[in-house]
Amino acid sequence: MTQVSNSTKSTTIIDARGPRFGAVITTIVLATTLATNNVWVIVAQGIVFAIGAIKGPQFTPYAFIFKSFVKPRLKGEFVGEDVRPPQFAQTVGLLFALAAIGGSLFGVNAIFTVAVAFALGAAFLNAAFNFCLGCEIYLLLLRARSK
Amino acid sequence: MKSLLPIAIVLVLATAYGLWYQRSRGKVVVKSDKGLITQEMIGALLGSRVTLVQFSSAFCSPCRATRMLLEDVTAEMSDVAYVEIDAEANLELVRTLDTGTLLLFTYVVSSY
Repeated sequence: MTQVSNSTKSTTIIDARGPRFGAVITTIVLATTLATNNVWVIVAQGIVFAIGAIKGPQFTPYAFIFKSFVKPRLKGEFVGEDVRPPQFAQTVGLLFALAAIGGSLFGVNAIFTVAVAFALGAAFLNAAFNFCLGCEIYLLLLRARSK
Repeated sequence: MKSLLPIAIVLVLATAYGLWYQRSRGKVVVKSDKGLITQEMIGALLGSRVTLVQFSSAFCSPCRATRMLLEDVTAEMSDVAYVEIDAEANLELVRTLDTGTLLLFTYVVSSY
């Protein structure tokens, strides 16, 4: 009936500080989106989310900035992280971005604002508290679905 | 400026939630139900003194670090067993033990 986890099998390990740095930039970009009400800002962020969701968070432009300029200046120890949680978070971000773009396309500004606001909240929680909202929701959904 | 209001609302709510989350994690809950966790339930042998049962999921970032720490700590203790359980594959057990929405939940089971 019960299986012991096999999550010890090899998965891609990335520097955990990378996605967190990305979350800081994402927070600023999403706050800018709300402040300016400009759909093109969320389109750009949506492209970043798409790269993170499909290829992996270590391939986004934010990760490039982290690797080139931030990481060489960090003195702390390397903290490894499984790539799957931040990749899933990027997927959640992409869904919010698509909802916002959809809302804007159909002229429903409320959807645009709410979707960007949720994405901003999630990115901020990740940046400030190292809390992955998408990851928590994932298990919640799994539990709800199998009931 | 009207357009700054949503940002303010989001940041205040997120900060409140984040502070609550930080305070509530790592909290110890003592349950005295004997036989709450059995060998059959976790599919592994219990330690002669203590068993650490960690619930993990693929999309849980602190789980990996916790596993490495607990494996390291328990490696030299012959009377302490460490068991990691994939929450996604064992939703029934997760519900029985009611680990809540927490991704990372470690049970300390005493054999006494």
